[in-house]
Amino acid sequence: MSSALVAAPNSNLEGKDKVSRKKRFWFAIIAILPTFAIFGWVRMFPIAETLRLSLFEWNLLSRNKPFVGLENFRELFQDDQFLDAIINTAAIAFGAMAVTIPVSMVLAAVIYHRTRSRFAGFYETAVFIPHVVSLVPAAMAWKWVFDAKLGPLNRLIVAFGGEAQPWLFDPVLSVICIILLVSWQTLGYGVLIYLVGFRNLPKSVYEAARLDGANGVQSFFFMSVPLLKPITLYVSVVTLISGFNVYAQAFILASDTQGAPGRLVRVLVLDMLENSFQNFRVGYAAAEAVILLVIVLVLTGVQFGLLRQRGRK
Amino acid sequence: MTVSSNTRSRRKNLLLDMMLFVICVLLLLPLLLLIANGFKTPQEILVWPPTILPKDPTLENFQRVFSETPLFRWIFNSLSFALLSMIAIVITSTLAGYVVAKFQFWTINVIFTLFLATAIIPFEVYMIPLYFQVKALGALNSIGGLLIGYLVMSFGIFLIRQNVIATVPDELIEAARIDGAGEFWIFWHIVVPLLKGPIAALSVLAFFQAWTTFAWPIVVLTRKTAFTIEVGLANFQSAYTVDLALLSAASAAVMVPSVLVFVLLRRSFVEGIAASGMKE
Repeated sequence: MSSALVAAPNSNLEGKDKVSRKKRFWFAIIAILPTFAIFGWVRMFPIAETLRLSLFEWNLLSRNKPFVGLENFRELFQDDQFLDAIINTAAIAFGAMAVTIPVSMVLAAVIYHRTRSRFAGFYETAVFIPHVVSLVPAAMAWKWVFDAKLGPLNRLIVAFGGEAQPWLFDPVLSVICIILLVSWQTLGYGVLIYLVGFRNLPKSVYEAARLDGANGVQSFFFMSVPLLKPITLYVSVVTLISGFNVYAQAFILASDTQGAPGRLVRVLVLDMLENSFQNFRVGYAAAEAVILLVIVLVLTGVQFGLLRQRGRK
Repeated sequence: MTVSSNTRSRRKNLLLDMMLFVICVLLLLPLLLLIANGFKTPQEILVWPPTILPKDPTLENFQRVFSETPLFRWIFNSLSFALLSMIAIVITSTLAGYVVAKFQFWTINVIFTLFLATAIIPFEVYMIPLYFQVKALGALNSIGGLLIGYLVMSFGIFLIRQNVIATVPDELIEAARIDGAGEFWIFWHIVVPLLKGPIAALSVLAFFQAWTTFAWPIVVLTRKTAFTIEVGLANFQSAYTVDLALLSAASAAVMVPSVLVFVLLRRSFVEGIAASGMKE
């Protein structure tokens, strides 16, 4: 352990200094050890377990856990339920991103433009509230909005001469409903991050553009959009990753597991928990978790790759 | 600048304000209607167009919710879980963040980098093995079991580390050392007071993270009295799926206090979230 003491960049090695370095080192160790221990226990270990279990066939009820290699993964890609789940989840994640990015960017631009408005605080709060409200009550509000018979959405459509839609019963519409709910929730986050971005943009460039006769819309498209690209990238990846973890929204809006009316929209986390705790196939569920992990790593990798590419230019 | 262009830009701003106002109201409308529905009689709930202010407000739905579900118990469970998780995360993050910012030992830095790399891994990925760890401890259906998943937060350590680097000068710590102050004294009396802002932001973030979490409690908690408010509501809604007034009352009872808390703590919250976007 004491070999760790050698690493300091400090060249002054008087006796007294050595003692105080030693003291400092022990303080650092004692202060950080509990956190490191907890990290190892509740994060590193279960992550490693997920990877390990994905290679085993572990039926919760049986005692033996045979090693099956990549068999779980091979089976997953022939499992209709899993494929259904991954398609729905990807549709929700990319759909929510496609809604969130442009809407939150425009909203942030307008809110930033009206920073001096008397209502600026209200705008920020109102946009952000959907992001902090607990998922379950929020999803329940939207379940009512989408309700086929009593929901305001259908009544509004009918009032304007349209045709009522079976929002939560149709396989495509129910996914769209979840996309809307997820977007409504992530919008506030996107606006907030974009607002920080707008505040950090160089004012002089905009002033110059204005003097050259560019109007607000032009400077938005030709300056803000390209200048904010790193932020767009960041918000996209965050939205995608949280989209791939969608669960509560689907659980409330579109699950008939407890006999509630409505169609089940199978998502990745739901399928994983079902395999683990209802079908008792833990190894199989762990393989699904590994696939979720790979998706997240790929998305993050793409983000870093694109950022580095930009940096090189 | 001419008078006409001035009035034109003022008119444009007024238009933008109106537009933003309408959008904000629309975004909040589902929640407002949900709260309103909680106060309505079953008849009024069916009225079209829906009323924001109930004509004949009633508390009956709320009374029924509180008599038919252990709602207070669920709120208590959520509250204690969120507070304990907040305390644990603030303590671990502040200590660890300070150490990785100011103590340059390569052992610590290597481990820290390793842990920071796990920050992007979603909880759902390692939730199942963690469940078996909790089960082995016999901690299912308990606050302690819930807490095991929410004791540390990589982003919290990162946030404190960045703030220590930005706001705690080395000279200050050195001076205190020369005066003979102990390391822990320095941390508690010099570093922590300088970090009030970020600690507040982290507290609010950690509290709301635990308060709104769903997947983990639904796996760990199966006994009705151990439910958090989210899990309780989710089960309640599948049991009473047709009783809209009752469901709305239950949601409103949970939502209104947390939204009020958020509005009060908005500054800290926004600071914390905004910092999360600046990871580069």
